[in-house]
Parts: sequence; C-alpha cells; structure tokens
Amino acid sequence: MPEPMGFFTDTTVCIGCKACEVACKEWNQLPAANGGIGELSGDSYDNTRKLDGIHWRHVRFIEQFKGQYDGRWLMMSDVCKHCVQAGCLEVCPTGAIIRTEFDTVVIQSDVCNGCRACIAACPFGVIDVNPVSGTAQKCTLCYDRLKVGLEPACSKACPTDSIQFGSITELRTRAHKRVDQLKAQGVKAELYGADPDGALGGLNSFYLLVDEPEVYGLPRHPQLPSRNLAKSATFSAASAAVLGVLALVGLRKRRMDEQSRGGGGAGNV
Amino acid sequence: MSDSFFSGAPHWTWFIILYFFVGGIAGGASLLAAILDWFGGTEDRPVVRTGYNVAAVGAIVSGALLTIDLGRPLRFWHMIFQSANFPAVMFKGWSPISFGAWGLLLFGLFAVLAALGGMAEEGRLHNPALRAVGGAVRGGLAKLVGGLAGLLGVFIAGYTGVLLSVTNRPIWADSPWLGALFIASGMSTGAAALILLAPRRGATEQSLARLSAFDTKALAVELLVLVLFLASLGSVNRVWIGFWGLVLLVGVVGLGILAPLRLHLQRRPLASAAKLVLLGGFLLRLATIFVSEGIEHYRVTAGM
Repeated sequence: MPEPMGFFTDTTVCIGCKACEVACKEWNQLPAANGGIGELSGDSYDNTRKLDGIHWRHVRFIEQFKGQYDGRWLMMSDVCKHCVQAGCLEVCPTGAIIRTEFDTVVIQSDVCNGCRACIAACPFGVIDVNPVSGTAQKCTLCYDRLKVGLEPACSKACPTDSIQFGSITELRTRAHKRVDQLKAQGVKAELYGADPDGALGGLNSFYLLVDEPEVYGLPRHPQLPSRNLAKSATFSAASAAVLGVLALVGLRKRRMDEQSRGGGGAGNV
Repeated sequence: MSDSFFSGAPHWTWFIILYFFVGGIAGGASLLAAILDWFGGTEDRPVVRTGYNVAAVGAIVSGALLTIDLGRPLRFWHMIFQSANFPAVMFKGWSPISFGAWGLLLFGLFAVLAALGGMAEEGRLHNPALRAVGGAVRGGLAKLVGGLAGLLGVFIAGYTGVLLSVTNRPIWADSPWLGALFIASGMSTGAAALILLAPRRGATEQSLARLSAFDTKALAVELLVLVLFLASLGSVNRVWIGFWGLVLLVGVVGLGILAPLRLHLQRRPLASAAKLVLLGGFLLRLATIFVSEGIEHYRVTAGM
C-alpha cells in the first residue's frame, strides 16, 4: 500500500507564472474556456478567477494595495485539497467519487451522472461541471501519472517549487521547517490544512499562508456537509409529526361531532 | 463571514425548483389522501382518489425533471445501481440525494399503485393490464399501499430541504430548518392542490371545508417554521437584502401565507386561497434556491 501522497504549496515563493495551470490543462486535455476567446476579468491580472470543471489548477492573485506605493501581491496556486474526510465523496450518490490507494480523492468521469451534489458539498468551491463531458470534474492529483511513478504535472512544471509533491509525512516535516525559517525572519507564516487532528482530518493538499485564510479564499473552519444531517432530519420529522397530528385531530373532531349529532360517523371505507 | 460563502454554486436551477415544488405538492397530497383513506369517511373518497392521482402524476413528473437536470441524463440509473457492478445496489444512507433517489422511486411505485386502485374503484380503467393491477389494490392491501405512499410522500416533501442543508452553501447549510419548512409548505400546497382538483372528482363541500381548515393550520405552521428558519440564519440574513428577499417577504409571506390565511379565516372562496398557497409554495422554492445560487464563490472572495 503506497503512502498518502499530496501537495505542500508554499505561497511565499509563488511568482504567479501559471505554469502549473498550463501544465494541468495540457496533461489532462482540458478544454479552453469560452471557446478559446480570452475573457479579461477587468479588475485583476488574474483572468482565470476560480477553479472549475475545466480549471483544475488556479493561481490566485490577491492584490493588496493601500495606496499608490504601498501594497503587495499574494499568490497561491489553488487546487483540490484531497481532504482526508471529503465532503464530495460523502454525498456522491453514484459512487463516482472514490479514495485512491494514494489517499487522494478522484471523480470517475465514466460513473458520474452530473447531479452536481458534490459541487455544493465541497467547502472550498473546487468542483464544477466540465461542459464537454457533462460531469463534475476536479484535480485527480494526476492519478494516471502517480500510477506509473511520475509526479503530477503541476508540481513538475512549477519553476520555484512553490508546489511540492511527496508523501504527506515528509511534506509536513518540510512545511514546519519552512514556517520556522520564515518566522525567524519576522514573517507571519501559518500552515493551513497540515494538522491531521484539524478540520476534515487534515488536507492532503495543504498550504503555507502569510495572511488570514479568508484572504486566500479559504474557509477558516471547513466542515463536512453531514454535520447538518441529524439536526435537519430531526426537525423535519418533528414538522411532519406536528402536521400529521393536526390533520388527524381535525378528522377525529369531525367524527366526534358527527357522533354527537347521532349520525355515528360515516365509517371507514 | 460564514464558511459557507467559500463554496461553489451547484447550478440547481429551474428543473430542480420545479421538482421541489411538484414533489412537495405530490408528497403533501399523498399524506393527506392516506390520512383520509385510513381515518376518513365515504364522503372523503373523491379527495382520497384525487390525492393519490396527484401523488402519482407528481412522482412521475418529479422523476422526469430530475433526470432532465442531470449532466448525463442516460446515467440516471447510476443512483440506484452500481454502474460498474450491476446489479449491486447503490445506496448511501448518510447522503440525502442518495436516499432521496430511492425514496422517489418507492414513492412513485406506491403512489401509482394507489392511484390505479382508486381509478379501478371508479371503474375508469379500460386497459386490461392496468385494470388487473388496479383491481388487485383493494381492501387491506389498498390501505397498506396508500399508507406507504403517504409516508413516502411526506418524506419526499421534506428530504429536499434536508438535501439543501447537507451541503456547504450559504443559506442552505446555515440553517437546519429547511426540511421542516419544505414539509410544511408541501402539506399546505398539497391541500391547496386537492382543494382545486378534488371538486372535479365529486368532492363534497364538507370534504373541501375540512381541507381548508387543515390548510389554515399548515399555513400557520409554515409561517412559524419560516420565522425559525430566518432566525437561525443570523448574520447570513444579509444575503436576503435584495430581490430574493423581496420575493420572500411579499411573495411567500404576504401572498403565499398571510393572504390565504385571511381568506381561509373569512371563509371566502376556497379556490382563490388555494391558488395563492400554490403561488407561495413555488416562490418559496424559487427564492430559497436562487438566493444561494446567485452567490458566486469568486465574487465573494474578491470582496465584491
């Protein structure tokens, strides 16, 4: 059994070149958006804007400018987090979403029927429909490449090693060393998703951030969708019971009225 | 900011909204028909038969809407059987969409059987095969089939709300009350549909008055649950500030709940109140779905 594999993304060395986006698109033969006609976002140098069914990697540009000369750009190559407890896998009604021998989460496109439950279940907004296949798609952590001993296309292409691929245990050790190094330099650095006792049992694609998670478009406390199941089902059952009793009481009252009038009720059929 | 704002919209739009609405009516009508079937009198039979018919047609339409909505409609059966391991069953008890698929299948089966039983009772079946099936559904078996259709019906009316709650989307995942709200709405719209349709099958004034009395109670419960739903959303309620909030306030609360409540209490024409209840039920699904669908992940994270 192979070790759990994943990504450690050190956002401090990302230069926003988008080589990972291109490598991902090329290897996975993902179609161009808008028929290949470039669409400019108009308010950012980032024109991809988000992860979806045809963008399984997205280099997020966070442009923090307070004045003409005071500002910084944060860059983060975003991808599926391959959660140890995955919301998408939890809700998928067709069994299309599986956990692989590398502890990654993969959508089998030939099984998915495009119900899109996984899109709403993912706390990170990673999944979307690929309009060509009509199915939900996202990063597979290059499952096909892993099977033959290759590293994923994005990390292979990354020129600064912002995206590092390896065993989760080794990546965590490396990430903690990097945080210590940055903190010694006075940089406010934190890991997001590296704690196996943290949210979703840890993320197999975790990040080093230098600002709050929300700034990078990441939820502070990502949760499984099933957290609401018991409560919601209980309230629904209570509502059904109340309405059922109201209907029954109404009928019973009528039959009692009929009996008091001496009719004895119409009787059941 | 709620963590639900970082998720992506699943593009559940018109087909799903119509399904939630039709499924709610079918489920509510089915439970009312079953209750009247078990505990009502002979004068309630037209309402019972209408209720099972509404349930059967609603279940078939619901299945069609859900199938059309899929990205790959021909793979609809992947929700029932394991595609790579046919005929092994595909079922996840913790996934509302999975147990909902099974629930709808079983609801459709029992609702159609109950409807055929009712039509055979009236002598309206001319096809020999259907007449044979309908004729077999009578007596104790008819009660059992109707009871199961009723119980599965209320499940169909409510699981859709639970399904929305078991996500990570704004509004939907921020409250545990959507299932309860959809059940109340399903019951009120189910009663409204029966008030409008049952007179054509010979429903008595007395039966319609009873449905009206029940609809009044269902609307009161719906209003209460709607208040609880909004109260549970807390700061997320700011999402309602806009067009969909207006639809909820004017369309659902005003036209769909308060106006028919007033008509019911004044004993004004039943049909007018019933039409308003149906409008309110549709607008409830419309507003609830679109208020969340409209929140795009990138827009929120970009602070727009």
